[in-house]
Amino acid sequence: MNYTQTEIWLIIGLMAIGTFAIRYSFLGIIGSRRIPVLIERMLRFTPVAVLPGMVAPLVLWPTDAINGVTMVHLSAAFAALLAAYITRKVIWGMLAGLVVFFSPVIITLP
Amino acid sequence: MPVTNIKHAFWSGVRDGWPYIVVVVPFATLFGVVAIEAGLTLAQTLTFSILVIAGASQFAALQLMLENAAISFILAAALAVNLRMAMYSAALAPHLGNAALWQRILIGYLNFDQSYILSVAKYENEPDMLITAKVAYFMGVALTIAPLWSLFTYFGVRVGSVIPVDLEVSFVLPIAFLSMVAPMIKSPAHIAAAFVSIITALALAGLPAGSGLLIAAVCAMATGVIVETVLEQKT
Repeated sequence: MNYTQTEIWLIIGLMAIGTFAIRYSFLGIIGSRRIPVLIERMLRFTPVAVLPGMVAPLVLWPTDAINGVTMVHLSAAFAALLAAYITRKVIWGMLAGLVVFFSPVIITLP
Repeated sequence: MPVTNIKHAFWSGVRDGWPYIVVVVPFATLFGVVAIEAGLTLAQTLTFSILVIAGASQFAALQLMLENAAISFILAAALAVNLRMAMYSAALAPHLGNAALWQRILIGYLNFDQSYILSVAKYENEPDMLITAKVAYFMGVALTIAPLWSLFTYFGVRVGSVIPVDLEVSFVLPIAFLSMVAPMIKSPAHIAAAFVSIITALALAGLPAGSGLLIAAVCAMATGVIVETVLEQKT
């Protein structure tokens, strides 16, 4: 990470302001007017549109992996996706992914 | 409105909110761990959780900071993850839009996934609720979850400070993102959007950090809306 302390605080501050503005928007400024259907549709797709694009390069080209992507990375990613999809619960996906990913470490524990 | 009913509404919010501890606690802990490993200070990590209270976007911002993306790209991508909350705001407005200004500001600050989902469900099940009870219920849910989010971020920072650096903690991020997004995949339109997002982001991976992702997100959103619209017209 290559930012000055001021820049990091700036990012956090602007994230806070921006997030509040989004959350407050219709409760305050716009009042109880209906949101246009097309906009509402687009908003519903934002997490599904942003997160997969963010995750794909991370899985294929892991940030801190010395030898690049391994079967462990791919299996952990797949386990997380599968478990979270089947159970529809974030927590099971994270547990499955973490157990698979750290299993080589866990096995070597004394 | 008798005080007891406001209390009753508040406590039923607390009761409905607490099962989410199983999600909030590990998730907040994880954020603390990853943030401190990434190089944020304790104060920065805590402020982040206290002011933003939005897991996915906090992780997204952190990831882009690790990639040294331009600040404008970090903000655009991380706030895009939060845009769905404008929809929450719109859904809550008919119920809570007449609350006092200070209450609406507080509701805006605490308007996250769980508080929105539970409250709207409650208001629809019990249409006779008075606005004071509605606000109290919302606060019951939100004030159960938000402090835990901060508390366990702090716990995560403490844990993160003792985890050996040679553990590849950064891969926890994609695992967390995959776990967050998988339950959101509910229709062919979602699958199409996710697919376009992945392909475009990979194809544009050579662009400056964060910029390919923004283009991918816009293409994916458009895809989702188009596929959904087409499928609706067929039925």
